[in-house]
Amino acid sequence: MATNTYVAHAPGYVDNDGPKIVTRRFADPESHTLERYLATEGYDGLRKAMSMAPAEVANLVKDAVLLGRGGAGFPAGVKWGFMPPVWPRYLVVNGDESEPGTYKDRLLMERDPHQLIEGCVIACYALGLNQCFLYVRGEMALAQERIAQALNDAYANNFVGKGILGTDVDIDVVLHWGAGAYIVGEETALIESLEGNRGMPRLKPPFFPAAKGLYLKPTIVNNVETLSNLNWLLINGADAYKQYGSEKSPGTRMLAVSGHVKRPGVYEVEAGNISFRDLFYGENYCQGIRDGHELKMFIPGGGSAPWFFGDQLDLKLEASDVGAAGSMLGSGALVVMDDSTDAVRACLRLVRFYARESCGKCTPCREGTSWEEKILERILDGHGRQEDIDLLLSVGAQISPGRYPAASFEDAGLSAVPFPPRQTTICPLGPSSVAPIVSAIRRFRSEFEAKIVLDHGDHDEVDHDHEDNHDGHGHAHDADATAVAAGGH
Amino acid sequence: MSRLTPENELLASEIISRYPRPKSALIPLLHLAQEQDGYVADDAMEHLAELVGITPAEVLGTCSFYEMFKREPVGRYLLNICTNIACQLTGGEELLHEAEKVLGVRPGGTTADGMITLEDVECIAACTEGPCLQVNYRYEYRVDPAGLRKLVDDLRSGARTDIPHHGTLQRVRQHIPADRLGGIEAPEVAGTPAWFTARQAPPSEQKAGS
Amino acid sequence: MTATDNPQTTTGVPFTLNGKAVEARKDELLIDAADRHGVHIPRFCYHPRMNPVGMCRMCLVDVDMGRGPGLQPACMMPVTPDIKVDTESEATKSAQDGVLEFLLINHPLDCPVCDKGGECPLQDNTLSFGPGESRFVEEKRHYEKPIPISPLVDLDRERCILCDRCTRFAKEVAGDPLIHFIGRGAQTQVNTFPDHPFSSYFSGNTVQICPVGALLAQPYRFKARPWDLETVESTSAVDTTGARVLVQSSRNQLTRILGLDSDAVNWGWLSDKDRFAYQVTESENRVTEPMLRRGGDDLTPSRWSDATKTAARALRGDPARVAVLGGARLNIEGQYAWAKLMKGVIGTDHVDCQLSDGLPAPMALGLPRATINQVCAPGGVVVLLGPDPKEELPTLYLRLRHAIVEDGVSLIELTPRPTSLSDLAAARLHCVPGTVGQVAAALAPGVSNESADAQPADQMTAARALLDGSRPVTVVLGRANLAESARYTADAVGALQRLVPGVTFLPALRRGNVLGGLEMGLTAGFLPGGVRRAGANFPAWPFVPDFDGKDADGIMRAAANGEIDTIVLLGADPMEDYPDAALAKAALERVSTLIAVDAFVTSSAAEADVILPAALFGESDGSFLNLEGRLSPMLAKVTPPGQAKADWMVAVELATALGIDLGFVTLAELRAELSSMATTFASVDWNRLASADDGPVLPLKRQWVLEFGDAATPPAPSSYGLRLVVDHKLWDQGTMAQESPSLAGLAPPALLHLNPADVEALGLSEGTPAIIDRDGATLEAPWVADPSVVPRTARMAIRLPGFDVRSLLTVGRSVTNILIRAAGGTH
Repeated sequence: MATNTYVAHAPGYVDNDGPKIVTRRFADPESHTLERYLATEGYDGLRKAMSMAPAEVANLVKDAVLLGRGGAGFPAGVKWGFMPPVWPRYLVVNGDESEPGTYKDRLLMERDPHQLIEGCVIACYALGLNQCFLYVRGEMALAQERIAQALNDAYANNFVGKGILGTDVDIDVVLHWGAGAYIVGEETALIESLEGNRGMPRLKPPFFPAAKGLYLKPTIVNNVETLSNLNWLLINGADAYKQYGSEKSPGTRMLAVSGHVKRPGVYEVEAGNISFRDLFYGENYCQGIRDGHELKMFIPGGGSAPWFFGDQLDLKLEASDVGAAGSMLGSGALVVMDDSTDAVRACLRLVRFYARESCGKCTPCREGTSWEEKILERILDGHGRQEDIDLLLSVGAQISPGRYPAASFEDAGLSAVPFPPRQTTICPLGPSSVAPIVSAIRRFRSEFEAKIVLDHGDHDEVDHDHEDNHDGHGHAHDADATAVAAGGH
Repeated sequence: MSRLTPENELLASEIISRYPRPKSALIPLLHLAQEQDGYVADDAMEHLAELVGITPAEVLGTCSFYEMFKREPVGRYLLNICTNIACQLTGGEELLHEAEKVLGVRPGGTTADGMITLEDVECIAACTEGPCLQVNYRYEYRVDPAGLRKLVDDLRSGARTDIPHHGTLQRVRQHIPADRLGGIEAPEVAGTPAWFTARQAPPSEQKAGS
Repeated sequence: MTATDNPQTTTGVPFTLNGKAVEARKDELLIDAADRHGVHIPRFCYHPRMNPVGMCRMCLVDVDMGRGPGLQPACMMPVTPDIKVDTESEATKSAQDGVLEFLLINHPLDCPVCDKGGECPLQDNTLSFGPGESRFVEEKRHYEKPIPISPLVDLDRERCILCDRCTRFAKEVAGDPLIHFIGRGAQTQVNTFPDHPFSSYFSGNTVQICPVGALLAQPYRFKARPWDLETVESTSAVDTTGARVLVQSSRNQLTRILGLDSDAVNWGWLSDKDRFAYQVTESENRVTEPMLRRGGDDLTPSRWSDATKTAARALRGDPARVAVLGGARLNIEGQYAWAKLMKGVIGTDHVDCQLSDGLPAPMALGLPRATINQVCAPGGVVVLLGPDPKEELPTLYLRLRHAIVEDGVSLIELTPRPTSLSDLAAARLHCVPGTVGQVAAALAPGVSNESADAQPADQMTAARALLDGSRPVTVVLGRANLAESARYTADAVGALQRLVPGVTFLPALRRGNVLGGLEMGLTAGFLPGGVRRAGANFPAWPFVPDFDGKDADGIMRAAANGEIDTIVLLGADPMEDYPDAALAKAALERVSTLIAVDAFVTSSAAEADVILPAALFGESDGSFLNLEGRLSPMLAKVTPPGQAKADWMVAVELATALGIDLGFVTLAELRAELSSMATTFASVDWNRLASADDGPVLPLKRQWVLEFGDAATPPAPSSYGLRLVVDHKLWDQGTMAQESPSLAGLAPPALLHLNPADVEALGLSEGTPAIIDRDGATLEAPWVADPSVVPRTARMAIRLPGFDVRSLLTVGRSVTNILIRAAGGTH
């Protein structure tokens, strides 16, 4: 099998050189079948786990320092340890991947569903629980089908369900699927959704899932990629796992790099060992910014992360370093933007996302994100006012008070503000909307001002200039588009 | 439109039985209703309320929170074009405008022939393959204007037999045979699994066959 | 939140509040602790009687838990030791300012035409904590202006700030989640399901707790401005719960009733009947002057002196031929005055303030009482031996529901049918009429289930376990079935008393101040203070009756037999409201003189020779004795219309016409005498009553012992069809609802409820009415198959439009058996 190349049956995945843990079967077109899985160490991890006491399995995961891959990067073994000795307890798998730029869990679910299911069963075994709900994002039909098939096969072959591997161990894994709501990726909202409710986050405390989760019972919420490591980890052990990656971030992790790089793709990497520069420019990875352009900015960890710039390229992809530098690695989503990018448009696009996805529970997020969106739209429509720039910052500060996390610009003498932001809201969605605003205004205030100045000229010319200036990525409100029939939204 | 058919009602009770509390099945059941009618009808919501023991208002409260649930009929195909950041950078908005022209509708609108409803959507997790879109939640990657036109033609001509009508998500469903089910219990009665209590110490040489 | 009579038993939690060292109670929320220490933290979504959700973010304050200050929602945060709270910090102020600005960006500026203007938390908080002006220049959110979400409540979604109070109330408190958040994010709105209105008995509470003018009570819309309203604290007389209320008026018109947060009684909640039945006072059908029938002519207006003279003439005869029916509408003072007039002056003991639909007076008076808080105390067991509290005592229902859902109270239903609490009950014993006594007796240890009339063994086992003495037990006691003799209920009471020593009772009767009436002696055999007539010494009375009188059934029978000459109706309408319609008609037609003290020309008053116009709720000062024995004020806010008078004054007028001094001409004199005569009232400080928090619970000690005879023999199983269960709905054709314009249309049509198995056995087919046959008397009725109906029983509610179930009822029957066949068919 050729390496360091795209894999046709796993769109977006690049089979690069380097150690593989969770994607090691991706090169096989039939990796999702039970037959191929069993031929490639499938369910060997479970066998190993069940030869151990549950607590030993939990300790192994703790020893390996398996970091959560959902965004917060908290060690899974430590999280498991937060469960009080109360039953029933539940495992909920977060497969609701929807952070802008994030693209990895879907591949894991489509390409290697058994690896995930095995991880679920191992985790259930370690945690002494028998009910696991695998929550897959609603829009991911293929992932749902692949998991449904894999679960049916796993049930039929005693890897899940009654009497696992012929023992007395009963563990059910139930496929659940969502219906389109980004906020449900937040663990307490995920639990609400799994209870059949509107996916509105709960306040932590008192509703820390490990103590008061699903049906207010102890619940562990783990990410798909996190659990997909367990097959390999149980087979090879914690020491082998820690051979990979950095000391603080052992193992590998999946990163999706999108945007203006030559080879966007999903890569499994030893994250703490490489820098952003390695990732964006390395031959083994993205092979540089597309021809004729320079890097303008990049998002290091999903749409909610404050932006980085050239100044941060040599940072290692290490969560603590990135946090200190003013952003986060989050869910492993990197979006690279070159010099053709309109910072204000990019900002609006991200803000609009949060406005559309706000659940509406907390006042500042519900009202603030849509206000931010309206102001930005007005600026881009040519009706901006000078005071709108500071108004944006001020509205943002009412959602996320204090100094908002930001990267340093040595040329401008601005220093880094470490992650995370403060919030007047229950969950981080509202504050996330502030990331692009603060990032864009802090670095590219002049671009905002330019749009506001242009407001005083002729309208059509404004849009025309706008498009010409930006490689066809303009704010395309052309005559044809406005002439088409209106559809109710 | 309609309540669940007897067949789907049977399927609904199977789904409900997989959860410790009936209401947890609500989102999958709403999908089932949408699969049946192409959208979630008021009557279906009333039926689901009966099945899980809540009020229709509570069903609507949940249903209306999630954007995949359509409470009015839509086209046979839902064409969802991603315009979020990664796709914006690679032409997602231009693709959306192209689709508006090709289909003659704005996002949210349905073509006159009732075949296609256009939507602009948020990130659908194919960011490296932008601009991307989904038709009834099946992916199309790196779509250019020509590709879009061909896609629309194929949808209209019925050539895309790989894509089910709107509402159908899973053509493979989870099914747990009764003798394979470990056992789902209400949180009020479920306790510590017996096997866990018995396995506090390492099991001595436990050989498992498969 | 729990109902605790004594919340400060645990040691305090020390913390710092704005630089001052203070203490919180254990588990107390910061917002409540701050309130108690005089620091008001602004809030919208928080409501002390509901679970906090922390979503409006208005109560964010700076809290330092040892790692520096940070904003925390005070409504979600139990105070922990040594935290430092600053409600006035820059960060706090900035957060408050921000939340208010956010709330206002989409809030319309229609305060001048908004009912809430002047008493609006959003307005008030904006003035105190908000930004000077909005920086929002975009277009606001728009919705269709007020839409009706129920017959009583309108919703203006543009004003809504999505605080979740109304929706939480509907789900958590009322258990009627018929309104809900719909949509998401900035497009979230509160609404109902299409064509499923918010038809909750408690819908009006949402208007009261709405922190903006989004929810509007239709009867109050545009009626008054808050600053024009005058307010008194009073007590709702809609049922015996005695919910505490604020009564408000404008320009001598009652305009609004609000719930008063009484910890002991109703926690601020009201039923819509409590809240909206005040409209009855404004009815154009009010009788505002005395009416007199001269010769055989129609009733015509007259002077008080003529009317009372006519009435007095009729009352002068043989006291054994004079009777009084009713009195539950009256306040305590009116009841005392009438008891004295009829018993101590006229000398009759034929007096009954119940109309054969309550409990035997000795039982209602003689059983040891529980308070609502005792019934609802966490961890207790409650036996429901009575009607569906949601239909008959709705405010009490809310307390019971909370106790079961939130405070671990277990409910045992001992009822003829499932009630609104059935889904929450720990044991459900649904007893075919006539069997409740034997079922209760079978709960005793060692008794076999066989004597429990086929009750399910698991339910019997569950009930027995709950009554094993390990948990305190109280009984909510009432009349569950008008078609079943109360003696079976009495048997069940006796069985429970034997089974659970020290068990206490809450007499859940529905008629307003009926327990006051019983206490004041408006019942045969008793005098004020729950004293037995025989041997009583009442020095302030000219005399006491020298015979034990008849109850309502006895009076009706005697009147129909020509043994009664004069009946006084104290707000009673037996023609419509007495279970045996035929007997009521015969009785009222037979008497020579019928005197009605009423505010309306009811069906019965229309037969009267004299009508004396009475004041209603909110029109006279007095007091109310609720089902706990709690005495609370019921105050006048407006003057009675025309020549209507307070009931006690009517008694004084009549006494005067009789040439007798009743002994008091002021309320104070009346109360002084009452306290000296009725020993249970001896300790009442009338002057402080109006200012006392919840009113005192009177010590209802009796000098006599309640005795139960032998258990009644259960009626023999009948081959004669089904056994009838007749009860009440909250909305019916009673005068109070009928004369309140916004309530008049709410009564559902009468319907015969049958178990589906019986429907099949009877061969009824859908769309064909049923013919009900009781001993040849027939009634055609639409029916519905209702799985909640106990097999071999049939259920109907009384006083609903459509058909009159009373034609099937005959006083004195132990149970009522009916035959049913399809209309048009043969049998």
